[in-house]
Amino acid sequence: MLLTGAEIVIRCLQEEKVEFVFGYPGGSVLYIYDELFKQDKFKHVLVRHEQAAVHAADAYSRSSQKVGVCLVTSGPGVTNAVTGIATAYMDSIPLVVLTGQVPTAYIGQDAFQECDTVGITRPCVKHNFLVKDVKDLATTIKKAFYLAKTGRPGPVLVDIPKDITNHKCEFSYPQSVTMRSYNPVIKGHAGQIKKALQLLHGAKRPMVYAGGGVILSDAAEVLTKLVKKLGFPITNTLMGLGGYPATDKQFVGMLGMHGTVEANMAMQHCDVLLAIGARFDDRVIGNPAHFNEESRKIIHIDIDPSSISKRVKVDVPIVGNVADVLDDMLKLIEVAEARSDAQALAAWWLQIEQWRAKNCLKYKQNSNVIMPQYVIEKLYEVTGGDAFITSDVGQHQMWAAQYYKFDKPRRWINSGGLGTMGFGLPAAMGTRFANPDATVACVTGEASIQMCIQELSTCKQYRLPIKIINLNNRYLGMVRQWQEMFHGNRYAESYINALPDFVKLAEAYGHVGMQITQPADVEPALRRAFTEHQNDLVFLDFITDQTANVFPMVAAGKGLSQMILAEDL
Amino acid sequence: MRHIISILLENEAGALSRVSGLFSARAFNIESLTVAPTEDASLSRMTIVSVGSDDVIEQITKQLNKLIEVVKVVDLSEAPHIERELMVVKVRAIGKDREEMKRTADIFRGRIIDVTESTYVVELTGNTAKLDAFIEAIDRTLILEAVRTGVCGIGRGDRILRA
Repeated sequence: MLLTGAEIVIRCLQEEKVEFVFGYPGGSVLYIYDELFKQDKFKHVLVRHEQAAVHAADAYSRSSQKVGVCLVTSGPGVTNAVTGIATAYMDSIPLVVLTGQVPTAYIGQDAFQECDTVGITRPCVKHNFLVKDVKDLATTIKKAFYLAKTGRPGPVLVDIPKDITNHKCEFSYPQSVTMRSYNPVIKGHAGQIKKALQLLHGAKRPMVYAGGGVILSDAAEVLTKLVKKLGFPITNTLMGLGGYPATDKQFVGMLGMHGTVEANMAMQHCDVLLAIGARFDDRVIGNPAHFNEESRKIIHIDIDPSSISKRVKVDVPIVGNVADVLDDMLKLIEVAEARSDAQALAAWWLQIEQWRAKNCLKYKQNSNVIMPQYVIEKLYEVTGGDAFITSDVGQHQMWAAQYYKFDKPRRWINSGGLGTMGFGLPAAMGTRFANPDATVACVTGEASIQMCIQELSTCKQYRLPIKIINLNNRYLGMVRQWQEMFHGNRYAESYINALPDFVKLAEAYGHVGMQITQPADVEPALRRAFTEHQNDLVFLDFITDQTANVFPMVAAGKGLSQMILAEDL
Repeated sequence: MRHIISILLENEAGALSRVSGLFSARAFNIESLTVAPTEDASLSRMTIVSVGSDDVIEQITKQLNKLIEVVKVVDLSEAPHIERELMVVKVRAIGKDREEMKRTADIFRGRIIDVTESTYVVELTGNTAKLDAFIEAIDRTLILEAVRTGVCGIGRGDRILRA
C-alpha cells in the first residue's frame, strides 16, 4: 500500500514504540501533524517553545533510558530547538529530532521559514540527515534511532521537506540497519582489562572516578558491586551522580570545581585512577598541568575513543560500553587470586577520613534568613531522597548536587556539559511523562526559571504536579559569586531587578504558589507541597540569603588541591 | 610535525563540510585538503595535510573516525608513502626569460601546457617541497598566477586503504 511521507513518519515512530513526541506545529510539518491527529498509539505533548520540546524529550530520555523524540517546524522552529539539541549533545543524550523543511524546490531560495537546518545543527548533533526522496524516509528514521542510542549516544536530526511528507511510496520499516562506516565497539579488549586489574590490585592509593557514561549505559548496579568488592573510594562527576549510592561510606562525594575536599584530594593524590565513562573535563580536574604534577597510573573506560587521552594521558585505555567492560572486570575480579593491598588501602582510607573530617559542606545556619543549602537538605528529607530532581544552571544546581544524596541512577537530571539555564522546568515535564507516578522537583533560581517560564502553561495543560523549588536570591548567583571573588565585588548586571511576584504568576497559570521567607517555614512549606498539594504544581518561592556562595571551589585554571573553603573566608 | 591524513568517506552531500567543520570547530590546522570520488563511486577519498603535535594528530584521527560518514582514516606519514601535488603556474615569458623559464621547467620535469607570445603555463607535479623549490628557482616577479591542488598521497607497497 502506498503511504504518504507524513504517514510513514507516524508509522516509523509507532514501530519504534515511541510513547511521547514533544513538539510544536508549523507550516512545514502540517501534513505530519494531520496524520498525528488521526492516530492514538503515541501522544503528542504541545510545549510553548521549541527549546522546551527538546529539553523535555531529553529529560524523558535521561530519566527512562528510552530515546527522546521531538518534532518542530522549519526555520525558527529549528533555531529555537538548537539550544536544546546542543544541550543533549554535550551530555550524550539519545534523541531523534524531526524537523520540517521548506519544499525541496524551495531549498536555497531564502523561502519563508527556511534555514539551513543541516548546516546549523551539524556541530551539535551526532549526525543529521536531509531527506530528499520519500523512498529514503523510513530507512533514514530507522538509522536515526539506531545512531541515537548505540555507541556514544547523542541527538540525531532528520530534516524533512514539506513535499516529501506529501509524496507517496511503499512503506516497509527495516528491522535493522547496518552502516559500513559506523561500528561502535561494545566489548572491551580482554588483555587491557587484565592489565587494568593488575594495576588495581597493585594500587596503594586507588581511586574510582565515574561519570555520566555509567548512567547512560545503565551500569550503576555492576559499578556498585565492583567498587564494593574492591573496597576503593569512589567519586562521581556532576553527570554521574546516582551512578553509585551517595549514602554509601565508600562514596566521597562529587569532585571538581565544587567537589568535596575528600573527593578532590583523593583524585589528586591517588596512585591508580580508574576512570569510567568520564572525560576529565575542565570543571572536573581543573588545570591539567596541575593535575599531572602528581604521578599516577590511569585506567580509562569509555565507549568513545576520542574521549581517551584527550585532556590527560591515559596508561590503560579500554574502549567499550561501560556496562560490558565492568561486567567483564567483575567476573575476573571474582576469580582473581590477587587481592588488593589491604594494609595500604587501610592507610589510604585513614587519609581520606582526615580529609572527610574537614566537613567541607558545612555552612553557617541563620535563624532569620533562609540558607539555600538548608532548603535542599530539607527537600532531601521531605522527599525521602527518592525524588527525581531536575535543575537549572548556577549556584542552586551545585547545591542540589552537593546536598541531595542520590542513591539511584537517572534521578538527577541536569545540563552538565552545556550548562543551559532554562533546562529545569521542561526537563521536569519530560521526567514526569517518563515516570508518571514519580515525585518530580525542579530546583531552580529566579533567573533560570524565567528562561522557560512559559512552560507553566504546558504543565497546566497536562496536569503535571511538578514542585518548583525556586532559590530566589535576587541575583545571578554564580555570576555574583565570581564577581565577588575575582572581579572586585563589581556586580555587573548580575542583579535581577523587577522580579515578578512568582506566587501570583503561578496562580495566573492556574497553579499553586507559595512564598517562604523564614527558615522555620521551609520544612512545613515543603511538606504541604508534597502532601496536601501532591497533585498540584506548586511554585515554592524561597527568599534566600543573597550572599551565600558555593564551596568548596576550585577557581578556573587552578588545581584540584587548591580549593577555597567556606572557612577560608 | 607535518602529517598526511587519508580518509575514506561516504560520497554523500555534506560529508566534506562535516570534515572541514570538525577542523574549524576543534581548532585543528589544515595545510591542504583534497577530495574526489574513488574508483568506487559510493566513496570519496580525502587527503588532509595538517601540522600538530602527536597528541593533536591523535585527536584528529579519533575525531575523524567518530564522524558517521567516515569509513576509514589512516595517517600516511606514519610509514613509507608517496605524496604528490599538482601545480599549474602562469608566468611571463618574454625576451631572455622565455628561454630561462623553459630551461628551469625542464630541470624540474615540468611541462609547458600553454604558450602565448608573452606567457607560459607550466604544469608541475611532485611533493610539496619540489613545487616550493620551483617557485624559489624562478624569478618571482615573473609569476602571474599559481594554482596548487594540495597533496594527495598513498602508502607504499602493501599498505592499502580500502573500505
